[in-house]
Amino acid sequence: MSDHERDEADATNGEPVPDGGETAAGQAGATAPGSAAERGAGDEGSDPGVDEPPTDESDQRAAERPVGTGAQSVVRALENADIEYLFGVQGGAIMPVYDALYDSEQLTHVTMAHEQGASHAADAFGIVSGDPGVCLATSGPGATNLVTGIADADMDSDPMIALTGQVSTEMVGNDAFQETDTTGVTDPITKHNSFATDPDTVGDDVGEALALADSGRPGPTLVDLPKDVTNGETDREPGAPQMPETYTVQKSADRTNVVSAARAIEEADQPAILAGGGIIKGDASQELYEFATEYELPVVTTMPALGAFPEDHELSMSMAGMHGTGFANMAITHTDLLIGIGTRFDDRLTGGIETFAPDAEVVHVDIDPAEISKNIHADYPLIGDAGTVIEQLHDQIDRAPDADEWRDQCVEWKEEYPMDYPVPEDRPLQPEFVVEALDEATGDDAIVTTGVGQHQMWACQYWEFTEPRTWVSSHGLGTMGYGMPAAVGARLAADDDQDVVCFEGDGSFLMTLQELSVAVREELDVTVAVLNNEYVGMVRQWQDAFFEGRHAASEYGWCPEFDKLAEAFGARGWAVDDYDEVADAVEEAVDYDGPSVIDFRIDPQANVYPMVPSGGDNGKFALSEGQL
Amino acid sequence: MSNDTSTTPDDSKALDGPLPEERPEPQGKRNAQGIRIDPEAEAELDPERVTLSALVLHEPGVLAQVSSLFSRRQFNIESLTVGLTENPDRARITLVIEETRPGVEQAKKQLAKLVPVAAVRELERDATLRELALIKVSSEHPDKVQALAEMYGGQAVDAGAETITVEITGQRPQIENAVEAFERFGVREITRTGTAALARGATETAESGHPPNAPMNDD
Repeated sequence: MSDHERDEADATNGEPVPDGGETAAGQAGATAPGSAAERGAGDEGSDPGVDEPPTDESDQRAAERPVGTGAQSVVRALENADIEYLFGVQGGAIMPVYDALYDSEQLTHVTMAHEQGASHAADAFGIVSGDPGVCLATSGPGATNLVTGIADADMDSDPMIALTGQVSTEMVGNDAFQETDTTGVTDPITKHNSFATDPDTVGDDVGEALALADSGRPGPTLVDLPKDVTNGETDREPGAPQMPETYTVQKSADRTNVVSAARAIEEADQPAILAGGGIIKGDASQELYEFATEYELPVVTTMPALGAFPEDHELSMSMAGMHGTGFANMAITHTDLLIGIGTRFDDRLTGGIETFAPDAEVVHVDIDPAEISKNIHADYPLIGDAGTVIEQLHDQIDRAPDADEWRDQCVEWKEEYPMDYPVPEDRPLQPEFVVEALDEATGDDAIVTTGVGQHQMWACQYWEFTEPRTWVSSHGLGTMGYGMPAAVGARLAADDDQDVVCFEGDGSFLMTLQELSVAVREELDVTVAVLNNEYVGMVRQWQDAFFEGRHAASEYGWCPEFDKLAEAFGARGWAVDDYDEVADAVEEAVDYDGPSVIDFRIDPQANVYPMVPSGGDNGKFALSEGQL
Repeated sequence: MSNDTSTTPDDSKALDGPLPEERPEPQGKRNAQGIRIDPEAEAELDPERVTLSALVLHEPGVLAQVSSLFSRRQFNIESLTVGLTENPDRARITLVIEETRPGVEQAKKQLAKLVPVAAVRELERDATLRELALIKVSSEHPDKVQALAEMYGGQAVDAGAETITVEITGQRPQIENAVEAFERFGVREITRTGTAALARGATETAESGHPPNAPMNDD
């Protein structure tokens, strides 16, 4: 059967081309991704941008300041990749690299208070800029302190590279001072890591790690740098970054599958797009916008995709999942054709698998084949880059689906399940009000970073995101304390006229607030809004809902005065208890050209709703605790 | 105390909207693998035993990466072997796993995703599979031991005053039968390898030209 005939057959009998998850080994007949047809379709081979010859600039650098040691080769590799900022903490085994950095005019190192802060700052820098963020630390505790941030970047597929010092090669394996098996520890949480062995090639190792971090599905990479390798002599300039020969990326999807997916979209009655973080990583927001608006497809987003599609657009259904909007969860539950793009169908999005979009055929676009049918079976698997595959679909669709009724239904759900929150007069300041006040006081392109917990969910729900790369949070790993160091990295990656707002909870802020010292030292204009309820609030909310109100280890009952703490750091601080103080404090803090902290003493009993309990049915979201 | 939740402070700020039980419900259902199923006729997927062959970079740490992957993703692994190949830059890892079909596909994709993995293939049922066992028995009846070894296509590879060690190669059932047969001589020790495998005929076991991180089928 020719490809053409196969297309026809698929179109007429409605049988989709199965993906790898369905076809048994050795089964003949069906064309699956990975078969010759699929292999022929993609643009395989190394990322084209990577094998470029060294630029004039790199030649010039080599001429002015030739490489003499492994450490200088590491620095040269970073310079050749146009890196500007590094986030790290000094220490014994990484000292040769820092010594080499001392000579670089191009590279600015930001000394963080703690290595965890360095990894989050680099991660946030990568999210906002789209280029790999760089963090570095010494061996042993320096490296292990990076681990949380590396794991965070891995879960969220953020481009990042970690450079870690290591004890000298001859000491490795002897339990030397500050020795940790860093490549062993980080193997499960990196896209790839390597152990440098030679001063002549250590620059190439760094170049490879940089190239891998932001090609295909991005992720963190790590190069472990033994002290003898960085101290060792070499006169070899690092070459142009090479992708490992075993690494390939498929950019465009198999045409046969695109055709069947296009037919399915045309024939859908209740189509919905589920935009994932891959839209933002793949810089595909424009393609998504054109696709969704041309065919009038309602757009639900995942949490990492906030900003991928403007939330003020009539087709926007906002965020779905555990704390998604009621209307998003209704749409995702009742759609008959779900077009998931750059999403891994995380459990906080799907709730129970059995009840997730149970009437929907699924079109799944992802650059990572391993995400296809991992959690949710893909009826139409489309492997490739988000923007490229959206355009392939766009070109293939002949007519918009007939979905007027469905869109009316979506509008109706928006009216039925509004996010308007009550403001009871007898209760303290409501957190949603604070989020909205900051949204109003800042520009449309303002960047929001958060810690993890209730404050993060209120930021998701009540901030209106309209642009990509403005939402910087810890999604998959759920790392409390992410917000403050992320604000440092985001600030340095942002344009000067972009506001940077960090929402933190009292518990989350206490985990990393020492990074405020960095914001003060580096004169970074960031506004930290602490939604302070003197609880580990999300835990308290779950204890009330599922543990009979037994507040084990969630009640602080006492918190430091964050406004005064801020002043002690050299930042500006405000404390806000009432609605009528909010606007002034917000205005002053946002206007202040430097780090500022507002301690909002919010309603300690405020909860995050809607809520789908863990493993629950999205369509049965609770609007209050009594409905759980 | 009343169970009336509407009086709790939380519910005084409930969001508006129809209650969960008042909402329309979808008709369908998915199984645990995320596949849509007929809610009336849910079928459990049976695990299958499959042999995977991976061509990997011949460098330190790759075996650890592969075994760590299978462990952390909870794939059921029966055996894993690694060894040199015709190409000095490549090693071949052969894995036997027992998983449902979606599990097998996920294992293949995750394996292929590791950067040092050049190619992955699920071998057909007719592939050449071999295991090796060394069986050390008491040397009281050397002739009978030798005869039994020959019956299983094996041979004695060490013989002393007290013990004889025989080597048997073959497919798993053959090895298992042999081990059982030798028990009558008083088995002292046994060591067994995992499965080594090559695709039958001219088919390449793991084509080096195969895109490693594209999903694979053996069609």
